[in-house]
Amino acid sequence: MASLKELKGRITSVKSTQKITKAKQMVAAAKLRKAQAAAEAARPYGQRLEAVVASLASKITVSTSSPKLLAGTGKDDTHLLIVANSDRGLAGAFNANIVKAAVLTARALIAQGKTVKFYLIGRKGRAVISRNFPNMIVGHYDTTGTKDVSFAQAQAIAEDVSARFEAGEFDVAHLFFSTFKSALAQIPTETQLIPVAVSAGSPVSSGAAVEYEPDEESILADLLPRNVAIQIFKALLENSASEQGASMTAMDNATRNAGDLINKLTIEYNRSRQAAITTELVEIISGAEAL
Amino acid sequence: MALHFELVTPEKLVRSEDVYMVVVPGTEGDFGVLEGHAPFMSTVRDGAIQVFATPNAEPVNIPVVGGFAEVNEKGLTVLAERAG
Repeated sequence: MASLKELKGRITSVKSTQKITKAKQMVAAAKLRKAQAAAEAARPYGQRLEAVVASLASKITVSTSSPKLLAGTGKDDTHLLIVANSDRGLAGAFNANIVKAAVLTARALIAQGKTVKFYLIGRKGRAVISRNFPNMIVGHYDTTGTKDVSFAQAQAIAEDVSARFEAGEFDVAHLFFSTFKSALAQIPTETQLIPVAVSAGSPVSSGAAVEYEPDEESILADLLPRNVAIQIFKALLENSASEQGASMTAMDNATRNAGDLINKLTIEYNRSRQAAITTELVEIISGAEAL
Repeated sequence: MALHFELVTPEKLVRSEDVYMVVVPGTEGDFGVLEGHAPFMSTVRDGAIQVFATPNAEPVNIPVVGGFAEVNEKGLTVLAERAG
């Protein structure tokens, strides 16, 4: 059995660990509220833009002259997987789940004989992906310097990705992130970013003749790059809310586990202390009896 | 009844209110939107949106960057990358 001193040391160390996890949990809870509010504030824009793009896309016929972001390159040989992760750990399986989803898709695409490339956002997940798919990471966007998600950030990523698309580096882009459902549930999600996946057959609301200025195609050409940016922005916001949610849950569990461990160690400590006292007493009594 | 006007950016819903008239700087020229305007869509050039709360009120200018306007039966919606 461990000595009294050792046990005491372990209890102190677990207690200070518990303090850290508890602090991190409270920080995550506060940040979660902020991230959730940001994600909700961004929703109206995304919804409206999506509705407009869908109604425009249903009106024009896709041909070779259509914007490439809508029509695609006509091939689907090279796929770009954009994986959005966080920069920090201590969030349970949050990053692992996103990476897992991306890796599964990548394997399936490779099995179909497609070329797969990765574009990573955030620091985590890089190690796993580069180990599984060496030399397939073509780009990386560093988010370590910034604290909050901003639209400018999403725009920078969108511009980078669009430039690669224009240069013909890939035909289809998928975006991986984690949808925030609640503090307990974050769902790894995949969406197709390029070409724009339009839900076909969406009925026009009133059927009234809408006037366009300039014409439909130029409006669409103007909106599509913006749509890419907003999709990425939405993913980043969902991700940051999910990260805080996952972190809160993970830290809550860690705090509870630490509490259990402290109880167990305290019982063990008391028991060995009592055992030592009993042994001492027995020694004294048997010594007195021998006289 | 008045015109329902919404100004939305990716970061938040900037304005959502009932106003008398809004003058939007469209790519091909400014246009004013009153209640009951025909369905209309236009890109917006960088500039200021003028909002008239009542027929005789002084206009309120809201600068917008990278915008897009849609008029439908529910009112006027302006989507902008940056506003205010």
